[in-house]
Amino acid sequence: MRYLPLSDGDRAAMLARIGVSRIDDLYRDVPASVLLEKPVNLPPAQGEMAVERALSRLSARNMAAGSAPFFVGAGAYKHHVPASVDHLIQRGEFLTSYTPYQPEIAQGTLQYLFEFQSQVAMLTGMEVANASMYDGSTACAEAVLMARRVTKRKKAILSGGLHPQYADVVKTATAFTDDELIINPPAVAGPDDLATLIDGETSCVVVQNPSFFGHVADLRLLAQAAQEKGALLIVVVTEAVSLGAVMSPGEMGADIVVGEGQSIGNGLTFGGPYLGLFATRQKYMRQMPGRLCGETVDVDGRRGYVLTLSTREQHIRREKATSNICTNSGLCSLAFTIHLTLLGEAGLRRLAALNHERACRLAEALSALPGVTVLNDTFFNEFTVRLPRAASDVVEELAARGILGGVPVSRLLPGQAFADLLLVAATETAGDEDQDAFVAALREIL
Amino acid sequence: MTSVSTHFALDHEEALIFDIGDTKRSGVDLPSPAAHKSRLGNAARTAEIGLPGLSEPEAVRHYTRLSRKNYAIDMGVFPLGSCTMKHNPRLNEKMARLPGFADIHPLQPMSTVQGALELMELLAHWLTTLTGMPAVALSPKAGAHGELCGLMAIRAAHEARGDARKVVLVPESAHGTNPATAALCGYEVKSIPANARGRVDVEALKAALSPDVAALMLTNPNTCGLFENEILTIAKAVHDVGAYFYCDGANFNAIVGRVRPGDLGVDAMHINLHKTFSTPHGGGGPGSGPVVLSAALQSFAPLPYVVRDGEQLRLVEQRDAAAQNFGRLSAFHGQMGMFVRALAYMMSHGANGLRRVAEDAVLNANYVLASLKDVMSASFEGPCMHEALFDDRFLKDTGVSTLDFAKAMIDAGYHPMTMYFPLVVHGALLIEPTESESKASLDTFIADLRELALAAKAGDVERFTAAPTRAPRRRLDETQAARKPVLRWEKQA
Repeated sequence: MRYLPLSDGDRAAMLARIGVSRIDDLYRDVPASVLLEKPVNLPPAQGEMAVERALSRLSARNMAAGSAPFFVGAGAYKHHVPASVDHLIQRGEFLTSYTPYQPEIAQGTLQYLFEFQSQVAMLTGMEVANASMYDGSTACAEAVLMARRVTKRKKAILSGGLHPQYADVVKTATAFTDDELIINPPAVAGPDDLATLIDGETSCVVVQNPSFFGHVADLRLLAQAAQEKGALLIVVVTEAVSLGAVMSPGEMGADIVVGEGQSIGNGLTFGGPYLGLFATRQKYMRQMPGRLCGETVDVDGRRGYVLTLSTREQHIRREKATSNICTNSGLCSLAFTIHLTLLGEAGLRRLAALNHERACRLAEALSALPGVTVLNDTFFNEFTVRLPRAASDVVEELAARGILGGVPVSRLLPGQAFADLLLVAATETAGDEDQDAFVAALREIL
Repeated sequence: MTSVSTHFALDHEEALIFDIGDTKRSGVDLPSPAAHKSRLGNAARTAEIGLPGLSEPEAVRHYTRLSRKNYAIDMGVFPLGSCTMKHNPRLNEKMARLPGFADIHPLQPMSTVQGALELMELLAHWLTTLTGMPAVALSPKAGAHGELCGLMAIRAAHEARGDARKVVLVPESAHGTNPATAALCGYEVKSIPANARGRVDVEALKAALSPDVAALMLTNPNTCGLFENEILTIAKAVHDVGAYFYCDGANFNAIVGRVRPGDLGVDAMHINLHKTFSTPHGGGGPGSGPVVLSAALQSFAPLPYVVRDGEQLRLVEQRDAAAQNFGRLSAFHGQMGMFVRALAYMMSHGANGLRRVAEDAVLNANYVLASLKDVMSASFEGPCMHEALFDDRFLKDTGVSTLDFAKAMIDAGYHPMTMYFPLVVHGALLIEPTESESKASLDTFIADLRELALAAKAGDVERFTAAPTRAPRRRLDETQAARKPVLRWEKQA
């Protein structure tokens, strides 16, 4: 077996040193009735070639985004990632290292986490950010739990523009606590009015910007309304590239910003692994979940980095921890920070502008189709259209023509009311030819 | 003599991107957007972000230099107990990057991702067969997320019977995530002591069991590296009061292919794909923590899951009124990238190879235990499973602490073992060599540890308290970091 270095001779010599005669002697604490005598009923070992062949066959049965005109979004976005990003994250010193618990021999990981935290704080317009969470949806749930710790109130209000699966994750996280959730009806036509729902019992208001349906809002008045009642404003960003074109949540007055960082540096990968972004104000720092990296010095006075404020965390605080989270999304956050460093301010602003321009062009072309209405006044790179037919059927017919044409809203919000709605995203990868092919195919299908 | 650059030989100091980059520079060439009317309303960004950019050569050099300040499995022995730092096969990286896996969207039509759904079905088959459990929830994103999944299913199952229970029992040797997870599910946590043999005190457990106990969370093999030999008695006692048995599967690597948790009476267990099935730890993630479930719990599994309608596979993403599932743990369908890697690992080993993985991991740990127990203090009588636990009695009166000993290992070219965990012994040193180490590499490792243990006893204290002296940094001031947290770069005024 190519991954196992011991030879039978080694094994015999080692058993002799240990002072037992066979391997089963080492399993003597296992009740004999449950120790398996034979291998379980699964196929035997295979060489690289055979495994590669079998998995390539499975892979070939999927329609890759890069092989088709592609307009799918709804919380995961296709962007071009520079080749150097994937090359660098595969360096063994990054790929095969552990959580940096021994900082003297993990400065590489710690320094990029410090840079990552700084970039996320800047991008969101917040004071501090953590070293990443599992993904945007779990970060969102953690933010709601944190708002409860900060305000000592139990009522959370979720906007109808929040990604429905994010709302579901918050629902799960609070299912067995005594938190009260107010979930606003889907805000299809534009930003929903949340200010009037906030009262003295409200811990937080959760708003996605751009919303699930693509609307972009100025949240400053909402922030003010929340602040007046002592509630926190949590802003969710599922398309991180939008932060290059849209006013930052911090500038609008957010108290916590959570986001899905996949858009920068990470591929689609059928939904995971991704990375959750989590940023807040300095004064709430000690209530944050997740790992934090901080700057310090070594005994020679040289600048260095360590994991810090771990008294919040489960391995120290056990049942009193701020969260049960242990793993972050280390390698995904490395891909994020490398891509963002390659872009820089100038690159990110241009990338965001390009996304917006691509979506504007497509929206215009689609709204010229008979029976098709674009519902958005505002959007970044994704918007909602009403079709004259069920969107789920249309998407299947487009797929049959080799076009991945968006997400039927009914896939996430079942019910007749949303059957004719389609979410359409256009990033920098949606070139003129792809857009024209999409529009032409839709014209035929409808 | 210090060079102007402050570099020497292969060791390069590296400044922050904020020190070396600027907002005008970029390593990405993008076309200019065509003229268009903005649809951003009154929310367009006007303020500068301040993000530094680097050209590609500068960026490649920056991250390459940083990488060289990390220790990694690829470089040497990484005996971090409880973390299973085994070799990460590169075939798995290649497979995860096939466009049909890496470049598919979670919400594109299911008819266009049949191969991906089949891969999930296949992975589920391997995991349920290896564990002897009927079902698996694939979506949890890490071990602790899997614990949450398991306890939520348990809570949902109790509530479905109208039997809301309040208490979860957790042995004192448990990972910190166990009590934290139980608290997150609204349970009160009661700690169960260990006995003198490093196992759960079964009498204390029986005394704590009552109709108010929802579950026992037990790691097996446990965090002392020992198999809970009274596991069948424990499982029966738990079930007798109507509670469920949650097993923390962090240490599954010791028994994969040799023991099926389903045969032990386990109701739910998470499997860290990043431990037993070698998906890379990546400097702290991403992980993946599928949860296998017993017949009693399987109908409470979270969304989504894959079902087969004849030839077609389909994801169930919405709650069905008839189903009892407790909801959704994350957006989309789980860590697909990790599924591909784990499946490639399993297929490479096969049923016979996985069994050998467990046996070699256990053999290597016992070899280390047998080779060090005369100079270091083994906490419990062997045999151990996949990790060997020592405590700090061998350092008594030497002036050297467990921490000092670990830091001296860095100077000898190793990543230290897990320190001060589990909490049930004093100054714990937990060594998990994994099956990836050759006998030659273990022999050198053992020789180095013996030499260190003897040096500590011989009074060479300075060598330990000053360590590490040859790492990219010497000991860092963690107190200052926590007292005056600096969590981000700030522009100097």
